[in-house]
Order: sequence, then structure tokens, then C-alpha cells
Amino acid sequence: MKSLAELQAIRDRMRGQIELRESGDDRIRVVVGMATCGIAAGARPVLNAFLEEVAKRQLKNVTVSQTGCIGVCRLEPIVEVYVPGQEKVTYVKMSPDKVASVVSEHLVNGRVVTEYTIGAAE
Amino acid sequence: MSLIRSHILVCTGTGCSSSESPKIIAEFEKQLALQGMDKEAQVVRTGCFGLCALGPIVTVYPEGACYTHVTVDDVEEIVAEHIVKGRIVKRLLNKNEGGDGGPATSLTETRFYKHQHRIALRNCGVINPESIDEYIAVDGYAALGKILTEKLPPQQVIDTVLASGLRGRGGAGFPTGKKWQFTADAVSPDGVKYVCCNADEGDPGAFMDRSVLEGDPFSILEAMTIAGYAVGAHQGYIYVRAEYPIAVKRLEVAIQQAKEYGLLGKNIFESGFDFDLELRLGAGAFVCGEETALMRSIEGHRGEPKTRPPFPAVKGLFDRPTLLNNVETYANITWIFNHGPEAYAAIGTEKSKGTKVFALGGKITNTGLVEVPMGTTLRTVVEDIGGGVPGGKRFKAAQTGGPSGGCIPASLIDTPIDYESLSAIGSMMGSGGLIVMDEDNCMVDIAKFYLEFIVDESCGKCSPCRIGTKRLLGLLTKITEGDGEPEDLDTIEELCEHIKQSALCGLGQTAPNPVLSTLKHFREEFEAHVYEKRCPAGVCKALIQYVVDPVRCKGCTRCAQGCPTGAISGAVRAPHIINQSKCIKCGACMDHCRFDAIYKQ
Repeated sequence: MKSLAELQAIRDRMRGQIELRESGDDRIRVVVGMATCGIAAGARPVLNAFLEEVAKRQLKNVTVSQTGCIGVCRLEPIVEVYVPGQEKVTYVKMSPDKVASVVSEHLVNGRVVTEYTIGAAE
Repeated sequence: MSLIRSHILVCTGTGCSSSESPKIIAEFEKQLALQGMDKEAQVVRTGCFGLCALGPIVTVYPEGACYTHVTVDDVEEIVAEHIVKGRIVKRLLNKNEGGDGGPATSLTETRFYKHQHRIALRNCGVINPESIDEYIAVDGYAALGKILTEKLPPQQVIDTVLASGLRGRGGAGFPTGKKWQFTADAVSPDGVKYVCCNADEGDPGAFMDRSVLEGDPFSILEAMTIAGYAVGAHQGYIYVRAEYPIAVKRLEVAIQQAKEYGLLGKNIFESGFDFDLELRLGAGAFVCGEETALMRSIEGHRGEPKTRPPFPAVKGLFDRPTLLNNVETYANITWIFNHGPEAYAAIGTEKSKGTKVFALGGKITNTGLVEVPMGTTLRTVVEDIGGGVPGGKRFKAAQTGGPSGGCIPASLIDTPIDYESLSAIGSMMGSGGLIVMDEDNCMVDIAKFYLEFIVDESCGKCSPCRIGTKRLLGLLTKITEGDGEPEDLDTIEELCEHIKQSALCGLGQTAPNPVLSTLKHFREEFEAHVYEKRCPAGVCKALIQYVVDPVRCKGCTRCAQGCPTGAISGAVRAPHIINQSKCIKCGACMDHCRFDAIYKQ
């Protein structure tokens, strides 16, 4: 170990991995429906796209997680976003190519992507 | 790019390892591969979570779900349900501990954790103890890096420790900063000084240091390096007992990784400061936890104490000034530097700062490891965190400080736990073993147990300890066998005082404490043994008899069939009788009886 910068580099690299184990009230949670219906409809590539996008942008306050069947199987893959202090937002019929805009608009800038939400689909 | 979205933390401390956690890890890896999830979920081996009674413990993040009593057969379900489908396996959660009365999802929600304040144990159960990268991710080596790159004057480092108010966690509670100061001020003939770590945890029932070494070994390495810089030492030794194979292995891995990163060795952080560390394995002698004996043992001699002064800070290992601290003391050091000494001093009481780790054992629901701020009452530790005495029994006493400490009776359960309060009632902080006793424990028997330990472990160098404790044990044995005479109690007290005043080392001087404190708080129990030849708790075999209640006995013959010596006779459907001359008082008949017809008197 030569310098603090070197130490910092290791810390930054590892930080993203360890953060998964932290819980806090200020974290944004992205929950992907991963029951049989969701997986069959293609939830797994969506989940992976979220992980990739969140890691790429180094969003430290976002947890990507999964859940069971949300109940509206015909609209799967379903993704729900919980921002602390706000009503949850339900996105339906998600696909990997829609993920980038949800991350940049909703998670980073706080603007709900209305056209993908359940309200727009109904 | 890593796309791991879930971490499965499996405890690999000694407790959970003996409950097959290595097999659980292997099964997780197999099941994850089968389900094609091995790129999405990662199995992480961690140190002790603290709740050993519920082990093996598996925590799954990001949900933070804490599964208890996990078996190899449960793994498939956890992977299929939780990892693949995201449904938490409620069946395996810690029961009835959640805020709404339902099962607690996360460990931090449980009553066991709510009252705790984890500083020394901050990384135990959180990081992989065999990965220096994970340690660095949780601010590891930030303190050392700052000190060395900013070339902080060593005196300033010592002042920080002094300001924190940290005191030695090995038992005696000597201010850590002062110890560092004495060692730094001492002059060595050739400039060589040493830093040592006492990891020879020998008290029966204590496993705090083991858990820190198993869960967070790098924090000890970093703290010892800081200590080396502060006192001017370039070589350190960790004296750890060979009975801790997992701790030894993790320390070896940690030292190796730190050397690869240049965090041990020459020119650390290009500061010109060199520091190296070696392990020394002890063979498990209790006396080697005493500082002078420990150093003799590192030197390669027989572990026997020396007279003090000179103190090790002046003339210690290889006759050079030596700093010796306990594992838990070191575990607090980096936290103090990262958060500031004021933050540390703000926790605890006026004279006892910070937190203390206790190994909870004995008659308690949540056997395990807890860390609480100094000044927390014994009641909080036993009832709130420990979950009280199981089986509806009554709390009788708690023993702290191991063979050097004493018993705290139920009447003093609201005593705050700090160095002064415990000394005031004849016990001591000790290294942190806390053994809970209920109404079924005989206090004379407890005193005898600790004394037997001391007699076994006395190194024999000084006669007060070698002969005195043996005589003391003889007197206690006489009492438990029903041959006690009134003057024995006075003799015991007198002998205890002599040993306290004349033994050579700290262990000998404190050896009578368990006897004195039980005699002080439970004198009536001693007197019952001596005057009435009666053991109130029904433990001392010579003083009890197993008797059949002829009214309740239905003559089912179960007791007679279960008796190993054939001491019970009686016809079918007629009350049975125990032949006292044949009875060995094993209690098997009592366990066999379905009608509560057998009792002790």
C-alpha cells in the first residue's frame, strides 16, 4: 500500500458490493416481481438490466430486490419503485430497454415515467 | 461488472461451525448453481452474529432476512423461494420477535439486538473476515492511512486514545492511553520495543475475543500497527490459544493478505514506518493470560509470572519495553480514530467509557455474544437482551469475571455494569464472561467449581496459590459432602484474605473472589450446608435424598426399570421405595416418573 488514493480506490470498488448489506430509511427500493408469471414474462432480464444500470451510474442509495406475484399477472413483468416518503410507483410490461429511462428519469431525477405505469396501461 | 444482487451471509464462527455451517455453505453453492443463480447471489462467510443459541444463522441481503436454526435440508427451500422468487421463508425466521408480534424479518429488529451498541463487534457477521477488500470497504485501514500519510506525531496518537477514556478490556480496566504513554516514554537499551496482543482467553464460558478474531481479524492488525507507531515498536506478537483453530486460521490469512497489500512490513503507506506481526500459539494454560507469564511463553520459556515492578511497559518481552493489550481493547481503537475520541467518551459512564462485550451463558434463553454501553444494568442484559431464565425458573445470580470475579445476587440485578460498580459489590468486570444461574444452582457448588479450575490451572510458582487454593478447595469439598464444621467458614475467609494479599500474580490474588463473593451474598446457603447438612438447591449429592411420595406413586415400575443400580423396589400398582444405600443420586428415576411422585429432600 503506497498511498491513501490506492486505499480509496479499493474502498470505492468494494463499497458497491457491501452496500447491499446496509439498511436505511432513505434508500430507494426497486422491486421486481419474480414469481412464475413474472419470470415467464421475462422478469429476469429486466432485473439484470436494473442491476447493470444502477451499478453503471453508481447509485449508492438504490436497492434492487425481488418479490413474489403482485397479482396482475397479465401485466408482468412488473416493477415497483419505492421512494421514501412518496407513494410507490408500479411499472408494468417492463422490458430491458425500458429500464434505462426509468433509472435516469425516476431514480435519478425523480420524475415518474408515466407512460410505463399501470395507470397508462389500463 | 459484478451483477450480484443478493448476498447470503452464513456464520462461520466456532458455534455455528460446529452446527454444520460449512455443510450449509456447500449446499448453498450447489443449489445456487443448480438454479443458475450463482452469478446473481453470492455466499459470504462471516464471523459470529452473536445469537449463538439460534445458530446456524443465515442472513440474506438486501432484504436482511435473518434465518435461524438453518439445516442443510432448508437450503434448497431458501434458494428456490427466497433467491429465485423473492419470497421470504417465514418458517425459518426468528419467531415472535418482530415489532407487530409476528416473526422478525431482520436481526436488527429483535429484542436481542435493540439494546446493543456494537463497536468492537461492528464488523462481526457483516463482512467476510478472510477478505481484506471487504474490511477496507467498511473504512478499514482509513485510520492507519490517515495517521501515517499525515505523519501525525505519535504523542498525538496517544493523546487520542487517552481522550477516549478507553480502559483495558482484559479485566483489570487499566487506562489504555496511559499504558501506551508508559511504553512510549520507556527507554529501551537498543531502541527495540514490542507490541503484543493477549488473545489467550482462558476464562470458562468466555468467547468474546475468539469472536472478534474470527469475525474481524483485520481490525486487530490495524490497531496493533497504530499502537506500534505510537509507542515506537516495529514488531508485534499475537498470543492466541491453539484451541481456537478457526481464529488462528483467520489471523494467518489476515496477516498474509495485509503483507500482500503492504499494510504490514516495510515502509507502510510510504511513510518510512515498518511494522511486522507474528502469531504465537499458546497451549492453553490459564496462567499464560497473565501478562508476565504470557511474555515468558512468547520468549519460549515456561509460562510463569514474574514479580512486578518492573512492569512490562518498562521491561517486558525480551526485557524490552512492551505494550500488551487485550483483543477487545484493540478492537475499539480504529473506531476511536475514525469517529473521534469524543464520540467514544460520550458512550458509557463517567469513569467507564465506551461499550463492553459479554459472552452470555448458563441458564439464559439467548446464549450468545452481546455488546452494550458501559453502565447498562444487569437486568437489561439478562432480561431484555438475554431473554431471561428459561423454563420459568427464578434468576438467582450472575457470575462475571470468571475465576477472578464474583457473583452478583438477584437483589443487585439493577447494578449498572461498569468497572467501579462491579468492584464495589465484590465482583469484577473481567474479560466478559457472564454466566447466569437459577434456583437450581447451589452457590457452594459454584464456588467449588471455580476453585477446582484454579487448582487445576495454578502454575505452582508461589505457595499461596499452589497450596492455599488447594486447601480452600478441601474445605469447600468438606462442606458439600456434609462434613462442614462452623469454624470452617471463618477459616475459609481468613485463608482467602491471605491468598489475596500474598499471591504473586493477578490471577492468584483474585482466585479467592468467587468464594468470597458467594460467601458474602449467599452466606445462608453455606450455613445450611454446615449447620443443617442441607443443600437448598438440591445439588450436593451427599446432602440430598431421592424419595418416593407413596400417595402420588401409582406403582407403574418405570422408575425401577430406569434405575441403573436397581435401588428401587416395589410391587406393580403399589408404592415403590428407594433403597438409600444403593442409590447413587443420578436422578434417572425423577426423569422417568410420569406422576411427579419422586422428589429431592
